Amino acid sequence: MKLTINGEQCEVTAATLAALLTELDYEGGWLATALNGEVVPARQRDGCALADGDRIEILAPMKGG
Amino acid sequence: MLELYGQQIPSRLLLGTALYPSPAIMAEAIKASGADIVTVSLRRETSGGKTGGKFWSLIQSLGVRVLPNTAGCHSVKEAVTTAKMAREVFATIWIKLEVIGNHDTLQPDVFGLVEAARILAADGFEVFPYTTDDLVVAGRLLDAGCKVLMPWCAPIGSARGPQNLDALRSLRGHFPDVPLIVDAGIGRPSHAATVMELGYDAVLLNTAVAKASDPVAMACAFGKAVEAGRQAFRAGPLEPRDMAVPSTPVIGMAAFS
Repeated sequence: MKLTINGEQCEVTAATLAALLTELDYEGGWLATALNGEVVPARQRDGCALADGDRIEILAPMKGG
Repeated sequence: MLELYGQQIPSRLLLGTALYPSPAIMAEAIKASGADIVTVSLRRETSGGKTGGKFWSLIQSLGVRVLPNTAGCHSVKEAVTTAKMAREVFATIWIKLEVIGNHDTLQPDVFGLVEAARILAADGFEVFPYTTDDLVVAGRLLDAGCKVLMPWCAPIGSARGPQNLDALRSLRGHFPDVPLIVDAGIGRPSHAATVMELGYDAVLLNTAVAKASDPVAMACAFGKAVEAGRQAFRAGPLEPRDMAVPSTPVIGMAAFS
């Protein structure tokens, strides 16, 4: 399945958002995710099915002004 | 004491966490400033969450409140989505709302700002809008549900200090009961003291400390300036006069001729 993750094209096997984070070796309770521009809370990632062409954003805390 | 959305905040200096020479210097500067609130952001994580996790652990170890921002968002949709993601990650309903309207000046898109503020306030957020010093926009933001306003005093990172004292005075005069925080454009402690003397409730700054030759010492200087400005405001500063007025008594002068 081809996805756009944080702006980059990726080929992955994960079928859900939760599985995608595991496949890409993301860890930690401080990540925020969005699917096609809509926020997906952590508790909904298990049930969040992915489809070819989906756009995923994975964000984390960063310094800011 | 400063009260923001029902929370008592001991320090009237809010500090950003970006642009420091190192995370250790950032942490020392925050401590030296006495700030109780620091701003943070959300960005794409590329190394499996480890970079963000490290930063977040450091911030949490400092025992400060965080005010997440929507920096860099140029549309209402981007800002609202970023705010919702920040709420989840940082476990706070506070959001420093930025909707940028111009790439060069980084000035707020005040129309988008009001719209985003209305959406977020209705969704339960406590919104800290980064706005201009425009009085009418300030009123619209309050109508939209904001209970704190954060006008700029000069463009972000410009270090120019207050460019329009009349506008800042006008805002203060029209909204005596709304916490007003000058956000952006402060370059030196004297700038911070100036706006505090006008009766502003707090200042938020980042670059002026982070890019100083010695950020920790500058953070300390800003902490003192903010406190001095506040104390001066409460003490009732003398208004400027057109003519000289002698301070030494004129009665009792000796006559030598």
